[in-house]
Parts: sequence; structure tokens; C-alpha cells
Amino acid sequence: MATLVQAIRMGLHVGEERLGVTDIFGEDVGPPLGGVFTATQGLKTAWNSPLDERGVIGTAMGLALAGQKPVCEIQFSDYIYNTIDLLKLAGSMYWSSNGDWNLPMVCMTPVGAGIRGSIYHSHSFDATATHIPGWKIVMPSNPLDAYGLLLSAIADPNPVFYLAPKALLRVKAGPGELLPGEPADEKALSKMIDAPVGDRTTWKPEWPNLETLFVPIGKAKTVRPGKHVTVVSYGRTLPLSVKAADELMAEGIDAEVIDLRSLHPYDWEAIAESVKRTNRVVFVNEETEITNFGEHLIRRTVDELFYHLHAPPKLVAGAFVPGIGLADNLERASVPQKNDIAEAIRATALHTP
Amino acid sequence: MTVSAVSVEPKTSSDPHLAPELCIKLHDTMLKTRVLEERLITMYKQGDGYFWIGGPGEEAFNVPLGMLVHKGQGVEHDYLHLHYRSSGTLLAMGADPVDSLRQMKNTATDPYSGGRNFAGHYSARKWNVVPISSPIEVQFSMASGTAMAQKRHGGKGITIVQGGDAGTAEGDFATCLVWSSRKGNEVPVLMIVTNNRWGISTSYDGQHGEKYIADRGKAFGIATAVVDGNDPEVAYHALKKAMDYVRTERRPFLLEASVSRLYGHSSASGANFNKVETDCLARFEAKLEERGVLTRKAMDDLRAKYTQELLEATKRVREEPQPDGKTIYDFVFADRNIVGKDH
Repeated sequence: MATLVQAIRMGLHVGEERLGVTDIFGEDVGPPLGGVFTATQGLKTAWNSPLDERGVIGTAMGLALAGQKPVCEIQFSDYIYNTIDLLKLAGSMYWSSNGDWNLPMVCMTPVGAGIRGSIYHSHSFDATATHIPGWKIVMPSNPLDAYGLLLSAIADPNPVFYLAPKALLRVKAGPGELLPGEPADEKALSKMIDAPVGDRTTWKPEWPNLETLFVPIGKAKTVRPGKHVTVVSYGRTLPLSVKAADELMAEGIDAEVIDLRSLHPYDWEAIAESVKRTNRVVFVNEETEITNFGEHLIRRTVDELFYHLHAPPKLVAGAFVPGIGLADNLERASVPQKNDIAEAIRATALHTP
Repeated sequence: MTVSAVSVEPKTSSDPHLAPELCIKLHDTMLKTRVLEERLITMYKQGDGYFWIGGPGEEAFNVPLGMLVHKGQGVEHDYLHLHYRSSGTLLAMGADPVDSLRQMKNTATDPYSGGRNFAGHYSARKWNVVPISSPIEVQFSMASGTAMAQKRHGGKGITIVQGGDAGTAEGDFATCLVWSSRKGNEVPVLMIVTNNRWGISTSYDGQHGEKYIADRGKAFGIATAVVDGNDPEVAYHALKKAMDYVRTERRPFLLEASVSRLYGHSSASGANFNKVETDCLARFEAKLEERGVLTRKAMDDLRAKYTQELLEATKRVREEPQPDGKTIYDFVFADRNIVGKDH
């Protein structure tokens, strides 16, 4: 039973073996470390890049243009900001050349708070990513989706951001979320694919015989059916939204929770279908609240679903402050916690005009 | 020119002359490129385009570059990460100058961007010409990637990346120095700096403490040379040597060429002829006349012929369709992998 980060590693392995991945690279991605979160341990095409984010993105672009299939990593999304013009260029390669060149590359980066990462290991990136046309964007919240979305990202002929919620990287798969072909015993899996502590110069992973699984980009998943209010979330705040919804059952509030999974293209049909039934909606993510992706979803909700609404659509998001403070109280006050989400669901469910 | 980690002083006269046939070919494409750039400027001034930027004054370097490229598609051939002064290179590779007029007029028939991008922003996958972008120097961050693929593949294909002198202040230039010269992982990339001593209005001395930009390669063990890019014969020899080195050694080379900027930075600065700077075409024509390779009349007639041809072409291009506004959503996402393999 894999953790989310083990699922990423196994997805990359399948990418190398069956989907033509030629390069998995970035800062500390190759041996001996295999990534600061262990996502790239034991992979045959993983290599260490210079500590130069612009070089990481630019080289991935060059490799892709030359027919390779690169998966590059920016170690923390906090460090991706000096590459924004290259990301714009990557997003515009197919469009600006009027269809002459496509750019098949994946850029993975861990995002968000929840590990007491302080000011520069806690940024979210979804507001910025959704502002760069030409990229597809996925963000899993469980190991199975982490695996299936990664394979879809690798197979896609376009640049794809793979945003990994770092607070969930060690979260284990839930019931029914076993990767196809992985051993159910987590200790057995760890023995097979986790690099040993200490000297690992002669270590080689023993990969389970995994089946290929594609979670389609652009397809949301209803993770908790409900009647009274729709909650749309992704990443770290998704499992918190489910917990909040479970707890609200005691108050007679039955919330439906949708895991958006892809931020672009996103599954508007799933949102609209649900909101038309529940007539109430809360969008939840942890990005700073001003020009937040959830604001776009609210705008579209108002534009297209106004007469279905029985309550104002609500956004639960991060505080618009320059960073996430290190102390527990500061981090908790900066990004949505379970109780913040529960409060918003309750207020929306009980709202009367 | 010597191929070494030591840069060489510019020189203009000691290199041997090229064969007359090659000189005639060089001259023909240089002249055609100049006439094209002048036509594009005229189109801009007459309202047949919104912006002009190009490379008049760089023909003596860019034309030999295009002639020496191993042209084609895929890793076996050379990849070109050029910038917006590269018309001479494209024409030397066989591009139709009328297509440049189409891009200036932003017609739907513009093969480089379908009316989406400025003049001089070429893209040609059939020749490995990576889309040229307006942000300067970003091509230096991509170059090591194509070169890495070529080294992995084997063969003789190399990556050529070109930018101006002012752009070398960007981090992308340092990125290329670092990524191309990692020990044991050197990649076959020819870095070219065409030094016109200007960045829009910023003078060379206003930005650079180094005497030669090429000297920056030395710290990385990269072979370097500095040449007179206003002399097509010098440029031809220098490029040939540098390209042979990169092709054979599978290592980087940094070549700096001094060139002129004959019509200013772009239409934003007026696009008027600069009489102070060296005109490589006039200088080459004087040499060819002196050597008896071409007569003044023959060269004047050729100029008149190309001028007339492009004038006529402009009239035709004016009648070609503009892109439909409804097409803005075309080519946002590809549904198949045209640069590589689908799995």
C-alpha cells in the first residue's frame, strides 16, 4: 500500500519503462539522494542538475523539442518563480508557432503548506499555474490519483504541471486505492522500492509488476456524495474537506465533496451537475485568496448557475500575506484548517436568503 | 582563428579568400537579405506592418552560418536557437523571402506564426529552427537540452544558439555556460554572440566590464574565439572551424563576432540607416569588385532585380487573407506528439 510519494516514484518508473520517459532531473533528483522527498529514488533515468531552476526548465524544453520525454522537478514551488518567463514560453510554443512545434514535458513540483515549511517551503502555485495558458495542470490528493495522473501527464503531448501537495506525500492509500499490481503490505513495498538509510551505492529497487493506469486529465472525482452543499477542492485541503463533511453529518448536513484533480482543463460539467442538485457551493484551496483560482470558479458559477443558487458561493482560501509563518499558530492562521472548512460548509448549507 | 580556451584578437585580412563561386553565392544571399530587410522596413513605414525588427548589418555573419548548417529535422541535424536578427541565416538555408513579408503583414499565410508574431520571429520545425521569441536570451537556457539529446543520439548533429551582446547579462547565458560544460557531460553546442555593441540604447561599455564576452567561456574550459563578423570570408572560416570542432569533439564552443546594427534596434527607434557603422555588404562588394569577381553593374542590377521582385511580392501579400479572429483558440493544446514519439 503506497504512500503518495511512493506512487509518484512508481509512476515515474512505469513512465521510464513504458511511456518513453528519457530524463527525470532536477536539483538532488538523481542518486544518491533521489529527491528531497524520495520521489525519484532508484529510477534509471534520474540525474542531478546544476542548482539552476532556469536551466532545469530550459533544458527540459530543449530535450522535449528534440524528441525526448523529460520529467523535470523544481524542488519546491517556492523556487519556480525565477522561471516564469520560460514557463510562459513553454506554454506558448505550440500556439506561437501556429502548431509547428508541440512541447511534451512534465514539470513536477511540491506545493503548499502543512509541513511547517516556513516562508519559502510553503507556497502554493495553483493561482500562478492557472494563469499560464498552454499548460495542463494536475494535482492529486491520494496515491492512486498521484499514479494515474502522472502517467497521463507523461503521455500528454503538451507541457503539464504536476503539483504534488507536500503535506500529503506520506499519506497512505485509503481502502480501494491500491495501485494495480503493488503489494498490499506496506512493509513489503517499502523493502522493495525505498532506498536504504546509509550507503546505497549498490542498492537497486525491486519494482512491483505494475499495471498502467491513466486518470484522465480534466476529469474530477466525486469522493463523497451528498445532498445539501457541494464542496470543490484539490490537494491538501481535499481530505480536510472530506473530514469536515463527515463530521457535519452529526448536524444533519450532508455535503458532496468533489476532488477537482485537474486545474486545467478542469471538469466544469462535474461542478455544474453537482451545484444544480445541491444549489450551494464552497470552493476550498490553500492559495492566497486574491486572484485565486477558486475566484474564477465562483465567477463562472455566478455567470452560469446563478438561478440555481440558494446561497452565495463561498471561497475558503489562504490569507493574502507574503508568506506562511513558521510557528504552529502562524501556519494554522494562514491556510485553511478543517474547522475553517466546516464553518464555511455549515454557513453555506444553512444560509437562508 | 585558433580553437583553444584562449580568445583571439579580431582580425580581418589574413584569412584566405574564398573561391569566387562561393563569394558570389555569399554576396547573393547577403544582398537578398539586405533588400528583404529594407522592404520590411518600408512595409512598416507604409503601414503594412505594426513593428519591424531584424538584422541588417549582420548579413556577413548570419549568411555563412545558414550556409554551413547541417539542415534538416531531428537530432541527426543541427538545431537552431536563433534570435530576431536572423533573416540572413534563414534565407541562406533556403527560406522564401516572401514568407517574411507575410509575417510582417501578419497574414494567415505566414508559415512561421500564422499572423501571430512579429517579423523576424521564425519557426521551422522541418529545419530544426526553434520558435524565435521576443524575450532575449531565453534560447540559451533551452540550447543545452537539444544538444544533450544530440550527444545521447550520437552522430554529427549540433546545437547552435545565437544572441546579442546585451543579452549575455541575462542569467540564461550563464546557464548555457554551466550546463554545456559539466565535466563528463559536455554537450555539442555552438554559442554565438553577435556583438553590435548595443542593447536598444544601452552601450556596450554601459553594461560590460569584460573586454571580450567570449572570455567568459574560458573559466568553464570552453573553447572560444572572437572574430570580425563584418567580413563574410572571415566569418565563414571561423564558423566552419567552430562547427567542425563542436561536431567532432561533442563539446561547447563560444564564438563572439563583431557586427553592425545598420537600422537601429527596431522600428521603435526609427529604423533609419546608420552611416557611421561598418556596412558589411558595401565592404564586401568593394572587395569583389576589386578582385574582379563581380562588376559594379552586375551587383547594382541584382539589387534592382531583388528590390523589384519583393515590391511586386508585397502587392500580392497585401491581398492575402488575414487570420480569422475565431482562430485564437487553435493550437493551444496539441492532441498528438509531433516532435517525438507517441506511446
